[in-house]
Amino acid sequence: MNYGIVSQEQLEQIDTILTDKLIKLGVDCVIIIDMAGNIITAKDNGESKYDVYSFAALAAGNFATVDAMAKLVGEQEFSLLFHKGQDSNIHFSKIDDELLLISMFGKDISLGFLRLNVVDVIDKIRLVWDRK
Amino acid sequence: MSFINLKDKIVQVKIVYYGPGRCGKTTNLEYINKTYRKQIVSEMVSLKTHGDRTLFFDFLPFDMGKIKGYDIKIQLYTVPGQVKYNATRKLVLRGVDGIVFVADAMAKQREKNIRSLNQLHENLVSYKESIFKIPLVMQYNKVDLKEHGIPTLPIEVLEKDLNSRLKVPYFEASAITGYNVATTLKKIISSTVISIQKKLL
Repeated sequence: MNYGIVSQEQLEQIDTILTDKLIKLGVDCVIIIDMAGNIITAKDNGESKYDVYSFAALAAGNFATVDAMAKLVGEQEFSLLFHKGQDSNIHFSKIDDELLLISMFGKDISLGFLRLNVVDVIDKIRLVWDRK
Repeated sequence: MSFINLKDKIVQVKIVYYGPGRCGKTTNLEYINKTYRKQIVSEMVSLKTHGDRTLFFDFLPFDMGKIKGYDIKIQLYTVPGQVKYNATRKLVLRGVDGIVFVADAMAKQREKNIRSLNQLHENLVSYKESIFKIPLVMQYNKVDLKEHGIPTLPIEVLEKDLNSRLKVPYFEASAITGYNVATTLKKIISSTVISIQKKLL
């Protein structure tokens, strides 16, 4: 069994990427979790107070369920997973087979703009993660 | 796979309560949630059907304090026990570090316990884990029913059925009254933490 261990340096790099690319853009909260529901890191704008641990468990479950549904209809995966609410929205994106990036954002950001930035963030995180 | 954060010095440990339908997995978590409320910062999350059966999982996170400077965050999950939900049971088992197998001591549930344990074995194999290697504790739940005249299985029978090859620690318990709920939890936490420590050294 491989344990997920991430170095301080890697985490700091990832945190910087998340802050620069998403939090500064106006995203309320960004969480990176693994598929077992553990939190790798969480960043927020200082105002949002989410219970990130419960959130991670539910998000991992949600993602795994949608993934299983995709397989049932013969899809490799459903690449866009997005929940829209009145005031807040949640966007899920797979970083690799083990990691998931979740962004929570309000109505000031358009989904398209967020997705563009998320793609960029994921590329950068992969570079940091692969150095493990 | 427990996740270790070297920057914030946090270790997240995933413990899953597994067992046949209506054996008392959720009741275990509810009792822990009620009794240790002070240590638990978040609310217990339960995804259940209208009939109060677990649909996906229950989730209860709590802090256990520090070991060698690392904050240990325990995350308790239950699986849905009903036979038809094996796909979701499997999802919950992903990345598990320790398992409590809750068996129903009622005489009429004998078959179901065995079937559930066999399926746990198969589900673990699909994640390349082994039931013989993963930290595991047996809990023979509902022993209080004996006093109410409901036929229960003697411990020897439960041990022979479920634990003759595994030989893991076991406890008689009554999740509804809280008897041995904390003992079971302490045992699985210590086995799991020791196993993580061993693998890291």
